[in-house]
Amino acid sequence: MQDQVEFKGIREGILITIDPEAEWGDVLSDLTARIDNQAAFFRGATIVLQLGKRAVQRPELARLLNRLRERDVNLASVLSTSATTQGATRQLGLALDLSEIGPAEGVRQATPQIERPPEYPEKMFDDEIVGSEGILIRRTLRGGRVIRTPGHVVVVGDVNPGAEIIAGGDIVVWGRLRGVVHAGAMGDESCVICALDLQPTQLRISSLISVSPPTNKRRKPRPERAYIQDGQIKAEDWNH
Amino acid sequence: MSGRVITVTSGKGGVGKTTTTANLAMALASLEKRIIAIDADIGLRNLDLVMGLENRIVYDLVDVVEGRCTLRQAMVKHKGYPYLYLIPASQTRDKTAITPQNMRAVAMELKDSYDFILVDSPAGIEWGFKNAIAPADEVLIVTNPDVSAVRDADRIIGLIETHDVPIPVRLVINRLKSGMVRKGEMLSVDDIIGLLSIRLVGVIPEDENVLRSSNQGVAVAGPAGQAFLNLARRLDGEQVPFQSLEITSLMDRFRRLFNNR
Repeated sequence: MQDQVEFKGIREGILITIDPEAEWGDVLSDLTARIDNQAAFFRGATIVLQLGKRAVQRPELARLLNRLRERDVNLASVLSTSATTQGATRQLGLALDLSEIGPAEGVRQATPQIERPPEYPEKMFDDEIVGSEGILIRRTLRGGRVIRTPGHVVVVGDVNPGAEIIAGGDIVVWGRLRGVVHAGAMGDESCVICALDLQPTQLRISSLISVSPPTNKRRKPRPERAYIQDGQIKAEDWNH
Repeated sequence: MSGRVITVTSGKGGVGKTTTTANLAMALASLEKRIIAIDADIGLRNLDLVMGLENRIVYDLVDVVEGRCTLRQAMVKHKGYPYLYLIPASQTRDKTAITPQNMRAVAMELKDSYDFILVDSPAGIEWGFKNAIAPADEVLIVTNPDVSAVRDADRIIGLIETHDVPIPVRLVINRLKSGMVRKGEMLSVDDIIGLLSIRLVGVIPEDENVLRSSNQGVAVAGPAGQAFLNLARRLDGEQVPFQSLEITSLMDRFRRLFNNR
């Protein structure tokens, strides 16, 4: 039941894989419930549906499309091996193939995500070494850029005022962080935000929001780490 | 030798793009360079006013692009310098009258006969900006020492950096009041560079002469005039130290020394 809907970040946006065996009604309510739970993360996001071999008629797909539109979620493409589903997708003017849509805004300059190597010898490495998914951005994010991904984000460069990062996981900035960042945007309260100079316009972890205290702007920059403790966002020196 | 196409842009309006383009063009002309200034702000032309050439205009950029005249016919010669010309923008049409391809074609035709082709860009990040940026070999970002101008400059730099072909970008800070900077009431040159992290090529001080000379359509004299001349020399490859910058950064260093304690 839990895994009938799966989320994953891809170049084009967020890939949602739906178990082809699961009951469509369940899928629909599960999907909308999960989007509503993480409304801040999904608002304005571009998604791609992977339906596999499931046959979906046009009215069913249109109903889903409407529900997504009501939540300001942009469905760009439906991937399917079923002729019925493909037909419905075409009639609704959606793309059948990822090559028909461009990479999501903001992700364009990021290194494309590398799929996890499928044949790692089991038990040879810790999970730590295999790691979890994230994107590396090797440039300064300037005002107006928005990065949105369910994984982690590492920026080698600054995050300038007016730039925004919304990540399901952690955010690490090897540079000055002055924009708006949201870690754990899908509800994970264990997420952290680290920067060599932590001066964000606004900092959010999970559902908590904090604003940088007005400090002396000439202070010496030092690496800091922000995390949730006792229901509050705390920032501390990063010296361990 | 082939000429360089330099586009002057800013994102935000009113920071002094046109004034910078005009005075830079006249400063380069005074260094005996062959200059063409192109006004790419179709529909809202005013580079001709600031250069004092309004009454000499017969044809404009849109006439060239639409084949009503030759490029040569649209070029307005400046009265003060032998090798300074202006291609004015149209007043009656809008930005969609020309395309990036048109701009590239015009620039290519001029490159062999001129040392610098300066393109004055409209404000904003839309069609007109794309036209202005299309033929550029390099870009000058003009900003003022205020947070909204710097924010817009940052956005523009981001757009240019992620352009299909990245173009070298350098910064001109306009209307700096060193007195206010010293009191900590205005962003300093260091603050702006720290945020935008691009190379600085000119600092123009706030100067009443600029308004007076712009209205008269002549090159500015005084401190701002000297700063434009220094900017022109740096663009020409000369090493010219920054005058006002040194004072402020020295003050900043003192201030930092105290505040870090």
